[in-house]
Amino acid sequence: MMEKFDKLTGIAAPLPLVNIDTDMIIPKQFLKTIKRSGLGVNLFDEMRYDRQGNEVEDFVLNKPQYRDAQILVAGDNFGCGSSREHAPWALLDFGIRCVISTSFADIFYNNCFKNGILPIVVSPEEHAKLMDDAERGANAVLTVDLENQTISGPDGGEIGFEVDPWRKHCLLNGLDDIGLTFEKSASIDAFEAKASAERPWV
Amino acid sequence: MSPKTLYDKIWDAHLAHEAEDGTCLLYIDRHLVHEVTSPQAFEGLRMAGRTVRAPDKTIAVPDHNVPTTEGRENPEAMTEDSRIQVAALDTNAKDFGIHYYPVSDIRQGIVHIVGPEQGWTLPGMTVVCGDSHTATHGAFGALAHGIGTSEVEHVLATQTLIQQKSKNMKVEITGKLKPGVTAKDITLAVIGETGTAGGTGYVIEYCGEAIRDLSMEGRMTVCNMAIEGGARAGLIAPDEKTYQYVKGRPHAPKAGHWEQAMEWWKTLYSDEDAHWDKVVTLKGEEIEPVVTWGTSPEDVLPITASVPAPEDFEGGKVDAARRALDYMGLKAGQKLTDIEIDTVFIGSCTNGRIEDLRAAAEILKGKKIKVKRAMIVPGSGLVRAQAEEEGLADIFKEAGFEWRLAGCSMCLAMNPDQLSEGERCAATSNRNFEGRQGYKGRTHLVSPAMAAAAAVTGHLTDVREMT
Repeated sequence: MMEKFDKLTGIAAPLPLVNIDTDMIIPKQFLKTIKRSGLGVNLFDEMRYDRQGNEVEDFVLNKPQYRDAQILVAGDNFGCGSSREHAPWALLDFGIRCVISTSFADIFYNNCFKNGILPIVVSPEEHAKLMDDAERGANAVLTVDLENQTISGPDGGEIGFEVDPWRKHCLLNGLDDIGLTFEKSASIDAFEAKASAERPWV
Repeated sequence: MSPKTLYDKIWDAHLAHEAEDGTCLLYIDRHLVHEVTSPQAFEGLRMAGRTVRAPDKTIAVPDHNVPTTEGRENPEAMTEDSRIQVAALDTNAKDFGIHYYPVSDIRQGIVHIVGPEQGWTLPGMTVVCGDSHTATHGAFGALAHGIGTSEVEHVLATQTLIQQKSKNMKVEITGKLKPGVTAKDITLAVIGETGTAGGTGYVIEYCGEAIRDLSMEGRMTVCNMAIEGGARAGLIAPDEKTYQYVKGRPHAPKAGHWEQAMEWWKTLYSDEDAHWDKVVTLKGEEIEPVVTWGTSPEDVLPITASVPAPEDFEGGKVDAARRALDYMGLKAGQKLTDIEIDTVFIGSCTNGRIEDLRAAAEILKGKKIKVKRAMIVPGSGLVRAQAEEEGLADIFKEAGFEWRLAGCSMCLAMNPDQLSEGERCAATSNRNFEGRQGYKGRTHLVSPAMAAAAAVTGHLTDVREMT
């Protein structure tokens, strides 16, 4: 059962780099697991640790004020590259429940919703403001309200965002996609029968 | 009836259910599975007491983790975690009764090479796999895209995917390519033009004379990197070349069904007045052999150019370029052809097919490598066997290349084939991300001919100057 997402108030960490790919989010050596859990310690591994495994001091999530961040404000095209769902698993395991950017790669965006993470697309102007908010360290607290589709900053300003109604419904209620699709089994059966008559070679 | 794109036609033919809010269930004809993104999905099925709905339409092959050196059947050849992952796929394939090509099977290879090779991939199909390079299969006029592990589980359980329709983008490559310019140069040039997010929200259809002129292998290379441009999928309408490629393959339609299939396949093209949400046109004759200089596939330039400066860019790309130059150990203004190469990697789902190996062999014939190491990793056991039969393997070995067994290998370096810190590689794969080919490894993406040229000269080289 997926964890619900309704309202989140948490520290937002700034990660302004553009094109952060899923190899950066979770490098391939950690894809050899057969579990979904335990990847948080290796989130952003190559940026977060040196070769000896020591923390890189100036990496944002290593700074004391951002260690408990639950929101990321990231540069354009976040999550590009590989389809690895290990990327949202690692974010979730670390404690990140929401990522805000101007754009997301398609597969990563889908994967977030399957894991109770809300990815939010905002305009470049709103993004600049939120990045500014996120850079306030311990005061970088944002409130994300999925029901009302708003982000509130530390100075009280509010930004609205769009989200697909179906995905919103599933996140708010922590719904399992597969269970819901099973309710449409009759449609799938009917389609399958028709398709196999029309395209028997498939 | 309103005019449709090829994408519209395939979409409509697979729509199993549409809810009032527009959420659709798309029926999936082929589900390809590999060892890295599937264990959690099978575990999910078991925990919920579910089965695989259509095991006949589900095909599995281990490729990401497997060593590509001789003697790999020996369990000692793999690390413990890799071994567990491959063993999990063995067990899952057996328990759920799905088609399977184990490491010991000559048909084993990279999932996106095995699918078309065995005739699993056919025009007009929907094809998914827990791997972003599933876009490859679009070369057959199949709607093919990568999915996450939760979606893998959803397809295993229901044979459908919850989808929303993407927008239509036409990428037309007009005219003829000049000598030395290949499918890889086309696909990289398109990403250079649109950027890695330019395709986000779209399905791309590639068309135009230069695309029509490509072989099926070349078309697979082009579609393979649609994802690097951010698109959900890349498509090329099927034609006579497609039918000829498919005909006679083990899982292609047999006599009787063949004619019926052909009848439908011939309707699979975009209607003349179909609506496109975005159109990109490149002149084929203006595309040059290209190479990437940075850490994103959009960091692409003709081989005749020089390394750019961060100031040449705008917005967030300025810092990204600065970081990329630092990571790549390059200076602005340096000629690309002056960049020395340590390692050459030829292979991957982008360029691990027989035509790619032939292109490399043509450059390497009678020559010796000047790089520290060079390897050729065929995309499948059958590609390897064919290359041996054609005498290509001897050319590679005589030139000083390592001649490997099939797998993903150094494209993503999950197996023992990895770059060391600072090692610089000319690679025919698809991603030059930081750390992609090994911690602090440096990747320049090129075509197979360009990779072979770099192997011979020891630096990035314009393949048109090779004699």
